[in-house]
Amino acid sequence: MNFMARSSTRLAVPLFALAISALPVRADELQDIDRLLKQGRAAQALERVNQYLSQKPKDAKGRFIKGLILVEQNKVPEATEVFTALSRDYPELPEPYNNLAVLYAAQGQYEKARQQLEMSIRTHPSYATAYENLGDVYTKLASQAYDRALQFDSSNSAAKNKLSLIRDLISSDGPTRSSAAASGTSTAPPPSAARTAPAKSAETKLAAGQAKSVATKPAEKPARAQGGSGEEVLQAVLDWASAWSSQKVDSYLAFYAQDFKTPKGEERSQWEAARRQRIAGPKKIDVVIESPKVVLKGENDAVINFRQVYRSDSLKVNSNKTLIMVRREGRWVIQQERTGA
Amino acid sequence: MSRPTLSCVLVAAVAFGAPSTLSPAKGARIDATADALLAAVYEEIVRGHLDAALQNIEGLIRVRPNFRLAHLIKGDLLLARGRPINTIGAAPNVPEAHMEGLRAEAFTRLRAYRERPPTDRVPRYLLQLREDQKYAVVVDTRRSRLYLYQNEGGKPRFVADYYVSSGKNGPLKVREGDEKTPIGVYHVTESLPREKLSDFYGSGAFPINYPNEWDRIQGRKGHGIWLHGTPSNTYSRPPRSSNGCVVLANSDLDVLARNLQIGVTPVVISEDVEWLSTEDWASERTSFGKQLEQWRADWESLDTERYLTHYSKNFSAPNQDLDSWSRHKRLVNGAKSWIKVKMSNLSMFRDPGKDGLVLVTFDQEYRSNNLSNTVTKRQYWLHEDGRWRIVYEGTV
Repeated sequence: MNFMARSSTRLAVPLFALAISALPVRADELQDIDRLLKQGRAAQALERVNQYLSQKPKDAKGRFIKGLILVEQNKVPEATEVFTALSRDYPELPEPYNNLAVLYAAQGQYEKARQQLEMSIRTHPSYATAYENLGDVYTKLASQAYDRALQFDSSNSAAKNKLSLIRDLISSDGPTRSSAAASGTSTAPPPSAARTAPAKSAETKLAAGQAKSVATKPAEKPARAQGGSGEEVLQAVLDWASAWSSQKVDSYLAFYAQDFKTPKGEERSQWEAARRQRIAGPKKIDVVIESPKVVLKGENDAVINFRQVYRSDSLKVNSNKTLIMVRREGRWVIQQERTGA
Repeated sequence: MSRPTLSCVLVAAVAFGAPSTLSPAKGARIDATADALLAAVYEEIVRGHLDAALQNIEGLIRVRPNFRLAHLIKGDLLLARGRPINTIGAAPNVPEAHMEGLRAEAFTRLRAYRERPPTDRVPRYLLQLREDQKYAVVVDTRRSRLYLYQNEGGKPRFVADYYVSSGKNGPLKVREGDEKTPIGVYHVTESLPREKLSDFYGSGAFPINYPNEWDRIQGRKGHGIWLHGTPSNTYSRPPRSSNGCVVLANSDLDVLARNLQIGVTPVVISEDVEWLSTEDWASERTSFGKQLEQWRADWESLDTERYLTHYSKNFSAPNQDLDSWSRHKRLVNGAKSWIKVKMSNLSMFRDPGKDGLVLVTFDQEYRSNNLSNTVTKRQYWLHEDGRWRIVYEGTV
């Protein structure tokens, strides 16, 4: 299997140029590390990147390069771990999904590879590499399905494993990846900035659900991976946040189940009255959902975790929220709402 | 670009299945059979919803992991994402012979599912079910289908139908090893549990009485025709793949087995089942019943020559032909001053073969001035020269 898309250096140059302008010192360092890797000095590169990450453990680019180094060293489980953690911490980035997919595919786990690639494409619908890889994975899966159909023990047609491992990490760009990268002038924030982006956009993007903000858009992927209803759950939560942001109290309250457990066990009517006041009161409200993770417990039961970024003209609260969701009459509604870990 | 191609093929497949004297079953049942799920997948494909089709086929595979055809369609749906495909079973570099069986199964299943018998119609063969025959089985080798009917006061009511495989070389078995499925009226003779069988027969087997009396008269040979299950490595087999047996999916056989009575349940195997409206079916039954009653009355009348007009010149009984039978009857009847014949537990089946036969079984209570006995009798009536005549008569 061809892990490395060597030709992708045409993407790497503008990327790191971009990084330099944002974070000069660190980016320089990463560029050096990348150069070491390309020269085949993986051990040295690993040492340097570990050093770098000890200073900046969350840094997406550093972790990404570390993943690539581990791949080069054929340390598949470790590399998988790095990319898994990256995709968890930065669900909006398409590249870690793609690279995970390549690693899974290398181990013959095509179904997993497919899930990762589909997520990658949902993050960036015009992501050519992931499309190409997905095409290969589909072919491979088709071939497996045919083998089962025809009861062949081993593969009958060797699908070419030309899956490309993405060597470049671009956090966010326009609809056309290559043009954004080629221009080198993309204003895409580095991954570490992605989480704070909604704060900046909060003033202008009130409807969290509809806002194609950096935070909400990629958020669709982890939920999608859970299947069709995971998506529905997420959509319901985005709509809920949207109703809240636009201060439509009645439609906000309609997202709560008949048997909603009020936070302090108070009467529903009491709780509703308090919510009305809280929601109608401020001049404006902005609620952004970040990093949502949907777990389907059953056909009609789901739990969703996310980071809730709430801002009003007078108040700013970030919190971790858990909603226990149930599907009633085809609609996902909230049965319980918990704040905190 | 791949989508329209795939759709066209399947639209064609669906259309190919459509023309028929039968319309789809009225009053949709809630149906989670493999065929129903498969039909849902086809419909998604025809509508161009390939993602939904893929999800459905994956759902079907979860329920039936050994359903090879489902894997084939999954392969097609995945392949269709990358390039146009123009048939079911588009796997590259696979010898045609390997694909044939699955492709045939795909078309057969879809067609049969769309051509389900209308629930208000009755298979022509089940003229009269005996009271203790709670169910009847009708097999259609062309449609690769087994239909189960329940006896409601002598009238068959449709219960369920299942995909089946039959003989490699088609219907109408005549010789040992011809790998054909017999056509005729049979019954299950035995139940062989899984433990007594090799894995090849799946969850069990029900031998039938091929060759029956008529088969023997016709010189048809061979034996060991069973209804049986499927090996554990596959959910189903291609439509024409057995050595003459009728093969069901294990899960279907298990359900069917609950309704099979050993020595009792009729199994009618047809090349191409004919269904009749209730009126036509009732009128055939009445008209044949009259003929049978005439035979009985003529026997009682002691007018032996009139009684003998009911017998074909090709008549045979065990160790007898028409001449010896006639001589014997004339002799016996000559010594009688009276005869009473009572028939009960009557069953009547029209044979699906080309011979135009009706198979009649009944308990005959015979009384006369010098002899009385009760036997279970079987007759084969043949339609010849515009009327029904007995070609075989014997006791069971």
